[in-house]
Amino acid sequence: MTETLQRPAPAARAGRVRLGLAPAPFLAPGMIYLIVFMAVPVGLLAFYTFFERGRFGGIVFEFTLDNWVKLFEPLYLGVILQSIALAGIVTLLALLIGYPMAYAIAGLSPKWRTVALVAVVLPFWTNFLIRTYAWILLLNNAGWVNQWLQGLGITDAPISMLYTPQAIVVGLLYMYLPLMVLPLYASLQQLDPSLREAATNLGATPWRAFRTVTFPLSLPGALTGCIFVFVPAMSNFVIPELIGGGKTIMIGNLVRDQFFEARDWPFGATLALLLTIFLVLVIVVQSAVSRRLTEGPRRG
Amino acid sequence: MPTTRRVAAAAAGTIALAFALSSCASGGGGAEELDPNADLSEQTLTVSIWADYSPEDLAERFEEATGVKTTIVNHTTNEDIVAKLTASADPGIDVAFVSGQYAQALGEQGILAKLDKSLIPNEKNLYPEALELAYDEGNVYSEPYAWGTTGLCYRPDLTGFDPTSWNDLLNPKPELVGKTTMLSTDRWLSMPALKAEGHSINTTDDAELEDAKAQLLETKPTLLAYDDTTFYSKLVSGEAAMVEAWDGWCNYGIAEDPSIKFVVPEEGADLWVDTMTVLESSKNKEAAMAFINYILDPEVQTWVAENILYKVPNKAAMDALDPALIESYPTLGITVDELMQQETIVDLGEDSLKYVDLNAEVLATN
Amino acid sequence: MADSTASVTNPSTTAMRELDPTARPRAVRKPRGILVPLWLGYVFLYLPILIVVVMSFNDSENLFVWRGFSLRWYPELFTDEAIMQGLVNTLVVATGATAIATVLGTLLAYGIAHYTRGGLIRAFAIAPAILPDLLLGIGLLTLFSLLTVTLGLHSVIIAHGVFATAFVTAIVLARMANLDPSLEEASRDLGAGPVRTFVRVTLPQLAPGIVAGALLAFTLSIDEFVIAFFTTAPTQPTLPIVIYSMVRFGVTPEVNALASLLLLVSIVTVIAAQRLTRLTGTPK
Repeated sequence: MTETLQRPAPAARAGRVRLGLAPAPFLAPGMIYLIVFMAVPVGLLAFYTFFERGRFGGIVFEFTLDNWVKLFEPLYLGVILQSIALAGIVTLLALLIGYPMAYAIAGLSPKWRTVALVAVVLPFWTNFLIRTYAWILLLNNAGWVNQWLQGLGITDAPISMLYTPQAIVVGLLYMYLPLMVLPLYASLQQLDPSLREAATNLGATPWRAFRTVTFPLSLPGALTGCIFVFVPAMSNFVIPELIGGGKTIMIGNLVRDQFFEARDWPFGATLALLLTIFLVLVIVVQSAVSRRLTEGPRRG
Repeated sequence: MPTTRRVAAAAAGTIALAFALSSCASGGGGAEELDPNADLSEQTLTVSIWADYSPEDLAERFEEATGVKTTIVNHTTNEDIVAKLTASADPGIDVAFVSGQYAQALGEQGILAKLDKSLIPNEKNLYPEALELAYDEGNVYSEPYAWGTTGLCYRPDLTGFDPTSWNDLLNPKPELVGKTTMLSTDRWLSMPALKAEGHSINTTDDAELEDAKAQLLETKPTLLAYDDTTFYSKLVSGEAAMVEAWDGWCNYGIAEDPSIKFVVPEEGADLWVDTMTVLESSKNKEAAMAFINYILDPEVQTWVAENILYKVPNKAAMDALDPALIESYPTLGITVDELMQQETIVDLGEDSLKYVDLNAEVLATN
Repeated sequence: MADSTASVTNPSTTAMRELDPTARPRAVRKPRGILVPLWLGYVFLYLPILIVVVMSFNDSENLFVWRGFSLRWYPELFTDEAIMQGLVNTLVVATGATAIATVLGTLLAYGIAHYTRGGLIRAFAIAPAILPDLLLGIGLLTLFSLLTVTLGLHSVIIAHGVFATAFVTAIVLARMANLDPSLEEASRDLGAGPVRTFVRVTLPQLAPGIVAGALLAFTLSIDEFVIAFFTTAPTQPTLPIVIYSMVRFGVTPEVNALASLLLLVSIVTVIAAQRLTRLTGTPK
């Protein structure tokens, strides 16, 4: 009961109240479900990485480290690095395009802010295959962009845009841009406008106010946005396949192909685990950095 | 990969654990007694076939003829259907359409049921050649549905010449760079390179495969894309000028643009056969046999050929084909003798993995 | 899940919550030019969608040539058995997965908020929302294959239940953080049993979070492709899988009509959800 007395803020302490119900009925069903259908499958994949493949998928119980060694073959290492590079470029572009968008939205009047934000999110709720396919219509040699370019007399022959790494970047960027804008907006709109006003009143130019006040405080949002874009971009296999023409592949394609074409489940599992480990590391680094960012100024 | 492997006793050959379990559970491919007088209307049938590879109302017609409630589902590639068939003890499919070499592999692994020929009297309508194809001699596990070869499908107005060799595709003239596509599925990726260099398309010789791989890697940057499914529409739209294509599928392009032509390169190509197989796990085998028998009926198979524009290995059906159709789609006129000069793709057992790896490596190289 | 993974975790849900226009004071006025990148961004986001919608009214079979206005693709869409069957399959899966996720996720969130000290169980419960969909897909395929489970809609429901549970948990947890525990305590002090307190006091307070979680789970499941791709039987494709093979096999104009209708449904849903959260969402 002492707890009741010294309760500071409801939100912060909500977790500690005991109601007299045993925890098991609440936690057990969900935990069992997730253990059986998430932890076990992932564990199984980890286990499979140490065995040889069967001819029609599955494994043969013959211990081997080959799958892990194979990751370092130039061929596969190249695909992995290429995926990191492509996802990295997409993330950077998303940041460059998404930041001004989020900044502009945060500056709108509350009514228009809602509309503007919904307008950013809306494309996200249409089927992503259809959004991808739309780019085929646009970028195709006979497609609309080429028709417009030629119609306006800017070019006289179609430019090959589809089935290139650049097309993959555009497709991924299109897919995940909203995920950059949302967290950026969330952190930008939490900024107290009076801070910026104070800076301006103290004689700072708008640019200087932005650089010294707004930008540093929006960094955690930017970092979150980068993760939101980088993580799914890195494992996407549909966009490279449909608008990359199968010529440039990413790690996701490699995993998919190991399961459905090459039927090398152990190696596919190894690739998927590598991808996961890499992404988890990226997220851990991101949260460490953003913790430092948010705590830093306040302490100082 | 080390070649020494201890093989689990339960699994014959190199089958996967999952696969071993599934085949044990189903009893492994032995012939079971089928009841010739079974009441078909009490059975239901699920047929998996490539998309757009059967007449649209096939299910309805078969249902009308036999009373079997039939569902047709689609798969994209051989790999796709084989992955699904082997990943699950009972994939819920009764009849699967796969290419010959896959029928051979699946048959050897006990996934397919032996066909009960007493329920497939229409087999007699096939060309004699279609009964002794290398992947399944005597048609133990499979009956052929359609067959053909692979070649170059092209638009003379865009190429400016009539290609004659696989090299026209593999090492294209500068003006064709970025205007060609190749198949990337299974054995058809390596086929042009192997043929161009005079090797067998069933070779297991590492040096020859290395050769082919080097050529394919050289070709890759000159391609517009790898395309197994929409190459003909790329020709029609003018994105591509020349594509590696199955003969029948080139016809889909010809249907939209009659100037499109097809040629089997002088180095030769493959004889592929798409077959109908019955799953050992099927609980509707009588209906499945009846379905195969129904397809092999000359009238039905003529109707199939007219719909999908592929050649069928059914003499009576081909003889009944409208000559005007052959005029419009010259690939339908390729004779059995001409087909037989091409090399039949067969499954290579353990060595099939060499092709799997070759594909993976070529496609993964950026 | 690929493109949906992130929409849940904190910042974006915060963003969604912040949609409430009354929540923040008026911002400072900014120079006009600031809106230019925003408009360009919208052009980028909407141009492809616009093309699809316009082409859905195109009379021509050819996707690159405009021949005149026609509505013919819409009725054709509804006679396309593959699409209709895919739609039914998708709705079955989404309903099943949402039911699982809503129950398990709500219980989990409550249990986590009340009984766990460290973040380990919380992290575990939310992990499926962050794990690459690819990993979950092949992991489950491997498991089902090992157990020789027949694949079908049930296996997709189970698979979607995994990530959907994580999303519901995350959202209900966020809601719990705003709850005032004194209500529960008051209920207990007034002699209500624990179960009664949970059902009569806690659940109603959580309701908006649960509804929001269920809605999100449902929407994500409907759009999910990768996990379904690995865990469904070839005989029972969900709508995204049907669309995938349509795109792979050369698009017919029907796809444009389908896309336009789906877009319409999304817009209506988003607006409805917006209204709903505005009505129930801010208990102040």
